[in-house]
Amino acid sequence: MNPVPDFVRILPEILLVVTGLLVMLIDASLGKAAARRPLGWLAAAGTLSALIASLWLSTLPAGVAYFGTVKSDAFSAFFHFVICSVVLSALLISIDAVPENSHHLGEYFALFLFGASGMCLMTSAVELLLVFLGLEISSISTYVLAGYRKSATSTESAIKYFLLGSFATAFFLYGVAMVFGATGTTQLTGIADKLANTQTPVLALLALGLMLVGLGFKVSAAPFQVWTPDVYEGAPSPVVALMSTAPKAAAFAVLLRITYGAFPSLHGTWEHLLMVMAALSMTIGNLAALRQKNVKRMLAYSSIAHAGYLLVAFAAFSPDGIAAAIFYTATYAAMNVGIFLIVSKASGYDDRGALIENFRGFIYRAPLLGTILIVFLASLIGIPFTAGFVGKFYVFAVAIQSGAVWLGLVGLLNSGVAGFYYLRLAASAVKAPATAEEAQPIYQGGFALQLALLITLASVLILGVAPQRALNAAKNAALTIQTQ
Amino acid sequence: MALNDYILTLLLTVPLAGAFVVWLLPQKGKVIQGFTLLVTLLTLAMTLHLPAHFDAARTGFQYEQKLPWIESLGINYHVGVDGLSLWLVVLTGLLAPIGVLASWNAIQKREKQFYALFLVQQTAMIGVFVSLDLILYYGFWELSLIPMAALIAMHGDKHGGKAALKFFTYTFIPSAPLLVAILWLYGQTRTFDYETLRAAIATQSFSSCSLYWVALAFLFAFAVKVPVFPLHGWLADTFVEAPTALAMVVAGKLGLYSMLRFHIGLFPQQARAAAPWVVGLAVIGLLYGACMALAQRDMKRLLAFSTVSHLSFCTLGLYSFVLLAADGGVYQILNHGISGAAIFVLMGVLYERYGSYEINHYGGLAGKLPWLATFFVVTSLSLVGLPMLNGFIGEFLVLSGSFPAYPRWVAAATLGVILSAAYMLWLVQRIFYGKENKQLPSAPDLGLREHLILWPLAALMLVMGVATHAWLPAIHSANETTYGSSTTGNGGAR
Repeated sequence: MNPVPDFVRILPEILLVVTGLLVMLIDASLGKAAARRPLGWLAAAGTLSALIASLWLSTLPAGVAYFGTVKSDAFSAFFHFVICSVVLSALLISIDAVPENSHHLGEYFALFLFGASGMCLMTSAVELLLVFLGLEISSISTYVLAGYRKSATSTESAIKYFLLGSFATAFFLYGVAMVFGATGTTQLTGIADKLANTQTPVLALLALGLMLVGLGFKVSAAPFQVWTPDVYEGAPSPVVALMSTAPKAAAFAVLLRITYGAFPSLHGTWEHLLMVMAALSMTIGNLAALRQKNVKRMLAYSSIAHAGYLLVAFAAFSPDGIAAAIFYTATYAAMNVGIFLIVSKASGYDDRGALIENFRGFIYRAPLLGTILIVFLASLIGIPFTAGFVGKFYVFAVAIQSGAVWLGLVGLLNSGVAGFYYLRLAASAVKAPATAEEAQPIYQGGFALQLALLITLASVLILGVAPQRALNAAKNAALTIQTQ
Repeated sequence: MALNDYILTLLLTVPLAGAFVVWLLPQKGKVIQGFTLLVTLLTLAMTLHLPAHFDAARTGFQYEQKLPWIESLGINYHVGVDGLSLWLVVLTGLLAPIGVLASWNAIQKREKQFYALFLVQQTAMIGVFVSLDLILYYGFWELSLIPMAALIAMHGDKHGGKAALKFFTYTFIPSAPLLVAILWLYGQTRTFDYETLRAAIATQSFSSCSLYWVALAFLFAFAVKVPVFPLHGWLADTFVEAPTALAMVVAGKLGLYSMLRFHIGLFPQQARAAAPWVVGLAVIGLLYGACMALAQRDMKRLLAFSTVSHLSFCTLGLYSFVLLAADGGVYQILNHGISGAAIFVLMGVLYERYGSYEINHYGGLAGKLPWLATFFVVTSLSLVGLPMLNGFIGEFLVLSGSFPAYPRWVAAATLGVILSAAYMLWLVQRIFYGKENKQLPSAPDLGLREHLILWPLAALMLVMGVATHAWLPAIHSANETTYGSSTTGNGGAR
């Protein structure tokens, strides 16, 4: 049997970067007045090819490449699939939402692709410096995208995101340095082997803590969540659809690989840290969301709460715990991209109508989008037969089985509270419009948007009604981590 | 017969498929109403298949179907009915076409959303009654909230949005501990299957302290839904804001059925320990509801409090842990389904004609609207518990059955019967007799559609009042299984 060539193991990333370069080159060679929207379709096609490539890659035997820095296995395949689907949907939303006359549209699409390559790399990296590299590629792209709209709020959002983000990355890098000091290696398996024989790994504990700070920032878990609402409020909605899901999925992948792969011997410590973070994120996120008037801010706090739900899965130190966390990233990505799709359509590119009261009568102005909005909200609440329920169910089931009944109770009571603010949005959307202006029908979007709608809606319903295949995939992915 | 194997699945899918079709239909004339009526009649016909082929002599579940659903989490699609859920499914089937007919003219705007959600609600309710897998059950339980909340928000009078939020949070938050409890049980037994769990709880020795908490979580979620005093805060607002067709199904059945099946059925010991408390709350609720009903000036609010009072009767019956009283309690659930629906429809009829739920707005209508007055009186008498009508059987069984177990509480409950007669008959007196309100515009008596709604209900009130043997054997044998050895036969003291 021929061994798999090294470059095949990073084929999806290669495809993403090449398409990104192509988009930039074509963009530069086009005239000032030329239509740049087709570049978006090119980017989407590139993402689709990366998606297919990662599916094909998952049929090959798992293995490492490039001196043991990159590993393609069921775990990386699952996250590649999630990230590429998110990027694809977000690109389709952008094609519809970003106005044709906005400046540097080509770069916008190219940045999506570069960011995606960074996120994908994070999920398959098994060496800390490469993880850091992926983290930087993905972060820098999203910093720029957050400020793309060039309005005051958008710029503020980008600068905040950049400053706090680089601070967090610095923490992570410092942690990497300390790990190297403690163990003499940056390979995850090497770290695990070394730590298994160490008695009191003080330096390693410190390193782990620093890395958790960095990753906690990236997934916006409390107490590292403060940047989230401002950044989400200022950034364009299609970009928020991307950056509230894909980079988080990638950061969770890294978190799983590091905690289970490199520090299994310290699980007594990180388990408790992450449980506290989970309880804090859920509670802070949900309570703050209750008071928001702006839908984007509300969803920002809700995303903090969802990061908390996901962290609950870390309470169970078992393959089931990993599988639950992995599965939750997929459900969260599906419903969150979906809701931001609708918010982007409803509030407009310039966020004129991003207040909850602006959603009044939405279901009558745009019947299709309005009905689907209700489905996504139901999923975020965690109503059965939607993705959100199965995800929450799995996470809390493993936590309660492992004995963390208190965390399960905190989480589920939190989801009861969360129902309240999601419903406020739903109630506003079904309320009869008050003025004639509010009753104007909204254009429900072109082909690109319909396609994105189909992808997200289908994912939410399939993960909710027939999740067996996805659960199996998550379980397989979990097993590769545990036996790494 | 092969149909028996998937009749329940068919019952679940037909209304749901109907909802999709309604969503696609054009909003022209009465197309949507007609189609929804057709779907509900078809569902009713299918529910009638159940009692026709039901074997009352057999214990356990019938028409069972079990398919793996999410295997890696041990979740199955498992449905089946026994003598208890059987009649509740039929009742749900019966009330659906009546609900459609009652909404025929009352719902003037957004008919498409209304009827589509109405059918989804139908599926969710049948689903609650037939599910034998805890997660499937929980799914339908939660699903039943969505159409209700959405419809209250869309069609509520003035404070629809607020009432919908209140309804949703009141019922959604208690289901969080319920889910934790279900997951804890799963952690201990690795199963969500009702019968397996029941057997496991009966034989295995769990830490009994935890089991009490688990049982309490179940009870809490159901008690809110019934509602049991003092958790009834959502009911009055929901009744006032909800469209007639939904208000008549929102209270009672789901919560009481769940109590019997999943609280008493799963945790007989723990339920028995909690029983004195529940009985006490039930009697307080019974009297409180009746007194509050006496003081109301709005018909729908009066109805809300009378519902609290009547449902407390059922709760009393179920938690007295005497089989006879439990049979009465179940019978009373069915009675309340029928008579409660009828009284709701009648109030809707009044509202359609005169545009008010204020009792003072009316007076001396009996002369003008003889048919309406007749039906109103018959329904009131059924609710009051006049012998020969259905209400009497239920109340009598509950009171006489539970008296030996809780003599003082039941003596107080008897007072509730008198109070209920007082407020119902006073209501009738104020609307239909007494001084005629000259300012009321003239309005026609009942039309054909309204006769079609009310005759079957009135007939059932009478038939259920005299021919109890058609229902009670199946209910009794189901209750025998549910209560197991935790009761002492007919009328025996504890």
